[in-house]
Amino acid sequence: MMSSNMKEQKKAPNLPARHRVEKIWKGGLFLSTLIGVLFLALLLVKIVNDSFGYMVVEYGLSPNAMAVNGVPVWDLPKEDKVLFLQENITPGRFKKLMKEKPLLERSDKEIKALILQEIAKPKVAQTWTLSQSIFQKSEIQATALQEYPQGELSFKAWLNWDFITSPQSSDPLYAGIRTAIMGSLFLMIVAILFSLPVGLGAAIYFEEFAVDNWLNRLLKTNINNLAGVPSIIYGILGLAIFVRLWEPVTSGAILGGVEAATINGRTILSGGLTLGLLILPIIIINSQEALRGVPFTIREASYGVGATKWQTIWSHVLPNSIPGIMTGAILAFSRAFGETAPLVVIGASTYIVYDPASIFSKFTALPIQIYQWTSRPQDEFRNLAAASILVLLILLLGLNTLAIYLRNRYRRTY
Amino acid sequence: MTTQMLTLNNMERFSSEKALQLAVPEKATANIPEDIKVDVRDVSVYYGEFKALAEINLAIKKNRITAIIGPSGCGKSTLLRSFNRMSDLTPGCRVEGMITLDGENIYGNGVDAVDIRRRVGMVFQRPNPFPKSIYENITFGPKLLGVRRKADLDEIVESSLRGAALWDEVKDKLNQSGYSLSGGQQQRLCIARALAVEPDVVLMDEPASALDPISTLKIEELMHVLAKDYTIIIVTHNMQQAARVSDFTAMMMIDENRAGRMIEYDRTPQIFTNPKDKRTEAYVTGRFG
Repeated sequence: MMSSNMKEQKKAPNLPARHRVEKIWKGGLFLSTLIGVLFLALLLVKIVNDSFGYMVVEYGLSPNAMAVNGVPVWDLPKEDKVLFLQENITPGRFKKLMKEKPLLERSDKEIKALILQEIAKPKVAQTWTLSQSIFQKSEIQATALQEYPQGELSFKAWLNWDFITSPQSSDPLYAGIRTAIMGSLFLMIVAILFSLPVGLGAAIYFEEFAVDNWLNRLLKTNINNLAGVPSIIYGILGLAIFVRLWEPVTSGAILGGVEAATINGRTILSGGLTLGLLILPIIIINSQEALRGVPFTIREASYGVGATKWQTIWSHVLPNSIPGIMTGAILAFSRAFGETAPLVVIGASTYIVYDPASIFSKFTALPIQIYQWTSRPQDEFRNLAAASILVLLILLLGLNTLAIYLRNRYRRTY
Repeated sequence: MTTQMLTLNNMERFSSEKALQLAVPEKATANIPEDIKVDVRDVSVYYGEFKALAEINLAIKKNRITAIIGPSGCGKSTLLRSFNRMSDLTPGCRVEGMITLDGENIYGNGVDAVDIRRRVGMVFQRPNPFPKSIYENITFGPKLLGVRRKADLDEIVESSLRGAALWDEVKDKLNQSGYSLSGGQQQRLCIARALAVEPDVVLMDEPASALDPISTLKIEELMHVLAKDYTIIIVTHNMQQAARVSDFTAMMMIDENRAGRMIEYDRTPQIFTNPKDKRTEAYVTGRFG
């Protein structure tokens, strides 16, 4: 009776309602996605908005007015330019420049930049954002003409090659992030050299050798929890152990060649080890996951021809899990790359003009640089911070892309 | 050489114990006849507290094919995996009783499971070549044993592949991945890999269950050839296969405690035409299982 009723009806009576519920859910889920994407887009727009735009530069001495016997200084041969420079700056300053690098050995382009910097003394008077530069171009031009009649209005890309290759400077027009990038790079090398072998070793031990007893279970649980410890805690740990306790090691004093007065554990070695410690649990967990992904049938096959456990691990388990391990490790490194808090705690320097020379050098890092610039009152430094954020994001995006590429390239079906 | 010495020592021990047999019945490990390769005495296998196999007795003849049949879950694979101590790899798995290989207790003190697995090769249910080249698949085992010279390895690769009736199909593509082969070829590659370390016994755990009928036929033909040089023990679900390939058949079944027991063990024609046990008869005639 019931079934014949069901057959007579072409559609179940509640079908429209069931479809409606699905539609509501679908809408809600789409909305969540939209909110996420929207905020990400907003962030990106804000950063790009600050990284480009018009600026007015005022000169102490207009570059157009610089001339020797009626010939603009820019058209003179290099030797005469150096002479011009020497005549217009203090002897002390000239001596200092010569000490950095003899002026005649510098290129024509470098001399031009020096003349501009030392004599014309440009100063950023006002900057505008990218959106203002596009939509309020005429107003900007009017303001510039009215308020800075001597000034020069130009479109400035704060993110440019000079910005990436110049060292830190207190003058926003000449400040760059080379020292910060080099610092970050050195930190990462130390962090990788420390955390990859140790993390992978621990993962192999846990996954392949550790027997299932309460001690090992406790250790595993703890490692999982360590991955969730706030990074500033690692900073405090690094400060206590690497900077203070191991100061003779981390300052390089143990190797000699460091003056007692300058002994200081706030070096790249300390920072790198702290970051390495921070990502160690992540690397252990990811590597364990990758090792677990090697199917038991492969291990069986290896044992089956008379391989020992280590031979099985070395010849089959490790080679087959390397892509997974690398993917996890790269994601961990990209996390370390963007970490700021622990570096602040262990005392990264904020103003470093020279590239780090060794792991015992003082250092700054890209996120530290950004943090420092955003806390400056002048607008120009905000533009610089935005430009460095773009660089940081591009680098992180590159690392993540590499991780995804590795995962897809070496993904294996057994 | 060492193996032979050990075997001799054991034989001596067995013969000297012979006089005590009546007095010490639990050590009744009577002389194992020459033609018995693997002797299973009162073997029980436990997974933790659970008894999966109960008091199995089985004498596997040298250079013969022995099939182990029985319904799903009766412990055929468990028994097979205890022959080369692959059971050691399963956490909580424990083997009681005695399994001898050429008279030597493979669970005895000082016996290395790694060496046992070299002497008792294994072919698994699903083809599981290493994700490496065909050549490397074969040479992995010999390299473990210290064979390093290229010429020696080349020779082993050829003889193993010939032994597994695969040489003619792959001789021109030894550097290609083992995964590039068809399922049946992969399984024969796995057989070749097992042969490369010159085992005495080859265990096959449903070697054709994942293969098509033609590949299955090839594996079965191969087994007949291999039986000249090796002792083969095969677990199979397929009763026709057991009837076709094996010389001896062991029939297993679970008892009321879900422990696997040996019901009947005899020459294959006997099992299939004139079984002594009713349950065997019901199983081989397809009335259950």
